[in-house]
Amino acid sequence: MGKVIMTVDDSASVRQMVTFTLKGAGYTVVEAVDGKDALAKLGSTQINMMITDLNMPNLDGIGLIKGVRAMPAYKFIPIVMLTTESQDSKKQEGKSAGATGWIVKPFKPDQLLAVVKKVLG
Amino acid sequence: MIGEDDGLAAGREAFKEEAAELLAELETSLLELEENPTDEDLIGRVFRAMHTVKGSGAMFGFDDIAEFTHEVETAFDMVRMGKLAVSKELTNLTLRARDQIRTMIEASEGKTTVDHNVSKEIIDSLQVLTRGSSVSAAGQEPETETRKPSDSGDITHAVTYRIRFKPFADLFITGTNPILLINELRQMGNCMVVAQTDAIPHLEEFNPESCATYWDIILTTTHSSNAIKDVFIFVDDMCDIHVEVIDEEGEYDEDEGYMKLGQILAARGDVKIDELKKLLGKQKKVGEILVDAGIVDSGHIKSALAEQQHVKEVREQRQKSTDSAASIRVPSDRLDKLVDLVGELVTVQARLSQTAAIDAQAVLTSIAEEVERLTWELRDSMMSIRMLPIGTTFSKFKRLVRDLSIDLGKEIQMTTDGAETELDKTVIEKLNDPLVHIIRNSIDHGIEKPDVREAAGKPRMGTVHLSAGHAGANVLIKIEDDGAGLDKDRILKKAIDNGLIAPDAELSEKEIFGMIFAPGFSTAQTITNVSGRGVGMDVVKKNIDALRGLVEVKSKKGTGTTITLRLPLTLAIIDGLLVKIADEVFVIPLAVVEECVELTKKDIERTHGRHVSNVRGNLIPYIRLREHFLIDAEEPEMEQIVITEVEDKKVGFVVDYVIGEHQTVIKTLGRVFKDISGVSGATILGDGTVALIVDIPNLVRSVERHEPVAADTVGV
Repeated sequence: MGKVIMTVDDSASVRQMVTFTLKGAGYTVVEAVDGKDALAKLGSTQINMMITDLNMPNLDGIGLIKGVRAMPAYKFIPIVMLTTESQDSKKQEGKSAGATGWIVKPFKPDQLLAVVKKVLG
Repeated sequence: MIGEDDGLAAGREAFKEEAAELLAELETSLLELEENPTDEDLIGRVFRAMHTVKGSGAMFGFDDIAEFTHEVETAFDMVRMGKLAVSKELTNLTLRARDQIRTMIEASEGKTTVDHNVSKEIIDSLQVLTRGSSVSAAGQEPETETRKPSDSGDITHAVTYRIRFKPFADLFITGTNPILLINELRQMGNCMVVAQTDAIPHLEEFNPESCATYWDIILTTTHSSNAIKDVFIFVDDMCDIHVEVIDEEGEYDEDEGYMKLGQILAARGDVKIDELKKLLGKQKKVGEILVDAGIVDSGHIKSALAEQQHVKEVREQRQKSTDSAASIRVPSDRLDKLVDLVGELVTVQARLSQTAAIDAQAVLTSIAEEVERLTWELRDSMMSIRMLPIGTTFSKFKRLVRDLSIDLGKEIQMTTDGAETELDKTVIEKLNDPLVHIIRNSIDHGIEKPDVREAAGKPRMGTVHLSAGHAGANVLIKIEDDGAGLDKDRILKKAIDNGLIAPDAELSEKEIFGMIFAPGFSTAQTITNVSGRGVGMDVVKKNIDALRGLVEVKSKKGTGTTITLRLPLTLAIIDGLLVKIADEVFVIPLAVVEECVELTKKDIERTHGRHVSNVRGNLIPYIRLREHFLIDAEEPEMEQIVITEVEDKKVGFVVDYVIGEHQTVIKTLGRVFKDISGVSGATILGDGTVALIVDIPNLVRSVERHEPVAADTVGV
């Protein structure tokens, strides 16, 4: 019970929506505002999954995914990226960096939960 | 149940604040950019601001803003990629666009109105800029890479697919768990999975971080092949996935059988047809010949055989369902009579087995085993005859809900799930009353009037959700409503007023909710013709107890109540574990038994006489049945703990010996003994003696209530 999911996004409203949806489904949620913040928080919190935006200041989503995959504890955790439809190339880049899947923005709470269930079980 | 609307409303507010900040930042960045038109950092900031406004805007329903911002974002995406230079014209347009976005946000609050001509003019001018300099403006059009829902739409008839899912070795580095994908397929329909292990290298070369297994899956479903491919959408480029239709309703139906093994393998391309023919001269099974010859490995044969069997089953089933004339109506009392007879037969069979075991004659033993096997089969098919889908009961309630909600001036819909779950006919009949009471209660007390609901931010239409499903040897029936929930304080107050509990009693949430089942208990302010008289919920409890079931209430104030009924699959015959204490024999229902461990005197000393046992590092409390049933005899040197799981708690029961499994025909105790707690019935053993059936949940509860006392008396 209580799998921990980290949501990384520089947009507070997206973070809020992700957090609200996941908490409603019984997950524990940790928020981070950008890639750098996420990596810093990973040092102290154990997570089971990560949902990250791609466009972020300081450290972007691609850099974050690479960084996370380089940590032995997180080599195989599911990482889902949030993309927009115009970012097909970014999606490829994210996948080769080690992302498990993606969600196209905008998305509905149901869609988010469906993807989380798909990759986290 | 997620209050999706709450989340969205909060999100909208957060978005507006955030957008205001972003627009302010955008303004400064743009003005700076005008001075340093090549500063990449600034360009990135502008792009990100637009990008966030667009993405979040669309998410919270500001579609017009998202659409408008998309154009500006496109322009800055080109700037970012060096396809467009920052010009005075561009910054001017972007600043105007920024103002327009702010107007649009304000308009959403009703403060002002949007001049759509301005939007159009800005977009047109931006497009002139981007078209003029870009070689591939068309390439910037939004690409929809997710399939349209219409593509993955479902088909009405069942189709059987052959799926081969062969992930590449580096699948795991993307954090993908292939088992989850296969489980997703399992949920789509009747599914057979064969793992292919021929590519797994020897241990010394084995790399656990790379995936060498692949899977053959035969799936019968009403989903389309696109829906199946959608399951693998994330791993599209990291695996080979083949989906083929191998059987479809209405097709090949004249022939009930299916392709021969060799044909399947050939159709899959695993073996060549001429190689096969060459080998077929030998009189062996095709599969064996092929494996011996080293052409295919046994995994592939297994998979093909699975396909053969699966399709055969699917077709037979279809045949069955079309042959509706093959069913006959039988009066149910004849069935009841038959069940009684089977019960007697089981008892006699137990005697036979016991006699055979004592005599140890080879002939008799083999006959006894034969009889045992047949009785089991007879029992199982007997039980399956009596099983009925619960759906018929569910549909009855649709009407009840409709009529009641009209009477009470409420808007309520009923949804159901798991109507195909099968239960013993007698159980279903006895369930009717409790369900009526629970549903009435939900509608009358639970779900609020439409206006109240609206004021609380809930949809006007309330929902009562009935669902049924299996959990081990039990069936769970859930009645959920999204109404007001139970008011803990009110229940507590009422219980104190009614003298059900002492005013200073400290009760857990579970215990408080349990109070609603007390006779004469009602918190309704007024008595309606539907409920409020306080009969009802105690009827629920009584009936469910009589069915050896459990009732559980969960509720959250303001969001709803869930009542779960846990019922045994059948009432007549259960699998039991025979245990012995001194000369007494008891039966513990096997469904709750987890394992048996030993308990020595030394173990008891080690825990200083406390009734807990250390089982692989977990402390499990136990109940000494000897003490509970007041059996006055010396305990043996080594006792046994039968560990059971009740309501997610593990509790052990200490007995002298565990004899073994026993098919238990349940006989109810006479009227005189009906109030005995801790015993739910009796059964007759092979040698004619009577064994009592221990009522595990009841016993656990009664011990829980007296826990402090028990703790004192122990340890002496």
